[in-house]
Amino acid sequence: MKKIYSRIESIKGNVISVKAEGVAYGELAEVKTRFGASLAEVNRLDGNNVAMQVFAGSRGISTGDEVRFLGNPMRISFSEALKGRIFTGSGEPRDKGPALKDNLIPIAGPSVNPTKRIIPKEMVRTGIPMIDLFNTLVKSQKLPIFSISGEPYNELLARIAMQAEVDLIILGGMGLKYDDYLFFKDTLEEGGALQKTVMFVHTAADPVVECLMVPDISLAVAERFALNGQNVLVLLTDMTNFADAMKEIAITQEQVPSNRGYPGDLYSQLASRYEKAVDFSDSGSITILAVTTMPGDDVTHPVPDNTGYITEGQFYLKGGRIEPFGSLSRLKQQVNGKTRADHRAIMDGMIKLFAAYRDTLEKKSMGFQMSPWDLKLLKYGDLFEREMMDLSVNIPLEGALDKGWEILAACFEPQETGLQTKLIEQFWPKKA
Amino acid sequence: MTETKGAVVGVNGNMVSVQVDGTVSMNEVAYIRSGGKRLKSEIIRIQGNVVETQVFEITKGIKISDPVEFSGDMLAVELGPGLLGKIYDGLQNPLPEVAEKTGYFLEAGVYLEPLPRTVKWAWTPSVKAGDSVERADTLGTVPEAAFTHKVMAPFWLHGNYKVKSVRPAGEYAVNDEIAVLEDENGRQLPLSMKFSWPVKRAIDCYAERLKPEEPMVTKNRIIDTFFPVSKGGTYCIPGPFGAGKTVLQQVTSRNADVDIVIIAACGERAGEVVETLKEFPELVDPKTGRSLMERTIIVCNTSSMPVASREASVYTAVTMAEYYRQMGLDVLLLADSTSRWAQAMREMSGRLEEIPGEEAFPAYLESVIAGFYERAGIVRLKNGQRGSVTIGGTVSPAGGNFEEPVTQATLKVVGAFHGLSRERSDARKYPAIHPLESWSKYKGLLDSSSVEWAHNYLARGAEVGQMMKVVGEEGTSIDDFMVYLKGEFLDAVYLQQNSFDNVDAAVSPERQRFMFQRCVKVLGSSLDFKDKEAARNWFSQLRQRFLDINGIEWDSAAFKAADKEVLAFIDDKVRDLDKKAAAIIESLE
Repeated sequence: MKKIYSRIESIKGNVISVKAEGVAYGELAEVKTRFGASLAEVNRLDGNNVAMQVFAGSRGISTGDEVRFLGNPMRISFSEALKGRIFTGSGEPRDKGPALKDNLIPIAGPSVNPTKRIIPKEMVRTGIPMIDLFNTLVKSQKLPIFSISGEPYNELLARIAMQAEVDLIILGGMGLKYDDYLFFKDTLEEGGALQKTVMFVHTAADPVVECLMVPDISLAVAERFALNGQNVLVLLTDMTNFADAMKEIAITQEQVPSNRGYPGDLYSQLASRYEKAVDFSDSGSITILAVTTMPGDDVTHPVPDNTGYITEGQFYLKGGRIEPFGSLSRLKQQVNGKTRADHRAIMDGMIKLFAAYRDTLEKKSMGFQMSPWDLKLLKYGDLFEREMMDLSVNIPLEGALDKGWEILAACFEPQETGLQTKLIEQFWPKKA
Repeated sequence: MTETKGAVVGVNGNMVSVQVDGTVSMNEVAYIRSGGKRLKSEIIRIQGNVVETQVFEITKGIKISDPVEFSGDMLAVELGPGLLGKIYDGLQNPLPEVAEKTGYFLEAGVYLEPLPRTVKWAWTPSVKAGDSVERADTLGTVPEAAFTHKVMAPFWLHGNYKVKSVRPAGEYAVNDEIAVLEDENGRQLPLSMKFSWPVKRAIDCYAERLKPEEPMVTKNRIIDTFFPVSKGGTYCIPGPFGAGKTVLQQVTSRNADVDIVIIAACGERAGEVVETLKEFPELVDPKTGRSLMERTIIVCNTSSMPVASREASVYTAVTMAEYYRQMGLDVLLLADSTSRWAQAMREMSGRLEEIPGEEAFPAYLESVIAGFYERAGIVRLKNGQRGSVTIGGTVSPAGGNFEEPVTQATLKVVGAFHGLSRERSDARKYPAIHPLESWSKYKGLLDSSSVEWAHNYLARGAEVGQMMKVVGEEGTSIDDFMVYLKGEFLDAVYLQQNSFDNVDAAVSPERQRFMFQRCVKVLGSSLDFKDKEAARNWFSQLRQRFLDINGIEWDSAAFKAADKEVLAFIDDKVRDLDKKAAAIIESLE
């Protein structure tokens, strides 16, 4: 029988403390308040002074409320029954389904031994040409989507969730607007993808501590499914909210802030989550796509900046499209040589021409006269934006490559494209 | 273990406070017994009878009053034959062996022996009974990979000793006794081939430190010619993310003209280490004809591994580097990235509630960085041989801004600065070392005044380029325009290098001299064009020819033919050769 403590010593922000003995670092406690029970996690031990962050927040907690330590760290139930379900950041059901209590697994486990990792080698098809063709997503890759507030990043994630060729999707929502949560739920339901999805959602209205749990819970579950041979895609949105939640708790506990108030271990904290992306050599894999909103479109803000150093490239979402410039998949070279002979050539060639189109646009906006070449480029740029960049385009890689040749043929003579003669002979669309 | 006992009294992140009842020392290793595991930690502050320790593992599950043991020793590495080709974590735990034991994941509290105990080494003694020896003297040798590994008297052995007995030549494991020494008081000291040395103390068993003067060839043109590094020198590579720091380090680790390369992957992506791990065993070291892995040691403490061992990892790496230097070898240590190491210090400093300095880095950041880089150096050993440790560290400045504390503290103490720029990497100009911002204080392959002369074209070319953005090409004189084209030309064919091309990836010093001479001819010539368009055309043709040559095997018939053609192409346009250029060309003949 665990002892119950009924004297809370201090309440600061979402952190409370009690005097207790025999408590382990990281242990969970249950706090009973008049609004119901909430979990809390021990995040500092100092003699018999035990500080813990309360998941439901401290609002309304009385110094006389009961605290009971559970003797275990944060855990989550793991089974096939998770599929199709929606939970909160502390693992409680958010849908109408039953609470899951059996086969509990710890979260935030140890990292993978680097010598057991393998060089990534398989692409993840998403049906989005700007990804598949130009910045291929690779199994076990970790990629952020850098964007500013207001961009359709959640729409993009939902599209990827619907279209990606993976066994299982885990969606971790942090600080989601309730509307966005419903959007995800409805979209996945309508698309019939809900059955291969597990959602852990913290909405903006929920207590901030729960936000901190979302990546760890999502990734712990993903890791188990991956070890069971499944290829899992983890979608996290929005990691900036996660970082802000960390900042809030750190400041409450009087940690020395480093950059713009963020705690000094921001890099390590983000890295320990992103590095969960892995390809188990004889089992499944985890691929991570995480939205990182950039306050003020500033890529040097601590969150996107630290993220960029951790992840294997980034997608820039700007003006509702994935920008070809600035977006980068560092692992694409591992896979795009094995898809189709024209993949790399089309990837480079079309982007070079698109860069020329942007230059022409600039010239045009300054009022320069347009040469015949400029006019060709303008036509090309327009087609490219409409038929490749638009997020609603959903075609497999091969279709996107064919489309690429069609666009080129519609705008240029073969020799103007700078593509190898051999490829042109093979792929240039024959005029009917 | 010492007599001292302790018990946990506080946990805050990876810092654990321990109440002790006896003597402890700073940086002593302590083990926290928690949940059936022994978690390694290091004492980082002592205050009365409470010490603060940084734990090299996840601290979840540690309880108040968990017992703590003290080792009496500082954090140390094991030195002896068998280090080469190994993959260690920051605490010298052999990762492949750990994987055999714990599978995919790194479990807390698993510490394995760094040097394999079962491997037998072919021992040849170099001393005989009755010889007098002191620390770092060679007792005997064993062959290790392509080297003769000297088994030395432990570096902590102060004073004079007599060899009492020594084992005859034969096969021994690292743990076997190979000699017995006797001190002046007749006390006997049995020795094996291995011994420990604390990582945070520099190994100082040499006669004197020398000035780094001999260039360490990296086969990278921009480095060897323009911003060279000397054996025993230090350099840093700061750059924003995606500018190619890690690729540059990887290329250097393959091609550098040294005996041994130690890679400290410190707080970076695991995936990058994996590439090295999988590729190095397949690649051949041109110097020895053996696998590249056999001259390499990897210390990898990637970003998701415990932070405290990240702090230790660079010291572990540099200590092993110093050990091989004692054998008269040239060692290159590549640390990627020192910013992550500095951040590990910042995390601890924050938990210790020290008064923060700039960007919350601790006030001692500069002295610690300086202390680390000062462990590089070329030395004359007591037997007259020379050995060197060269340190190259990448820096990952927040926001790509070089004004931040880690970059600034590093710049103060290194001998060369290879600043990577976003602008150049965006333009796919690799390696993205910025030619106008970088510098080196070392002597390179070529005479510095010649390099200066060529560099001048880069600087002036860039100036003209800036000016042209304002006044347009029309407003630029043909002379200025020529300088601009020449600067661009040198940049494109000499500074940039294709690390994915088999030939261009590694350029020998002879070839660098030769190509430099060719470039000087172009730079120093007055060329005659009717207009700018003609000049631009000619230069783009010339550039293409040089790039083609860069991809042709050195000294091959094809190379000679292409060179002859390009010379004819140049001579066709040259009117007059600058005096300085003529002198440089002559000096390079």
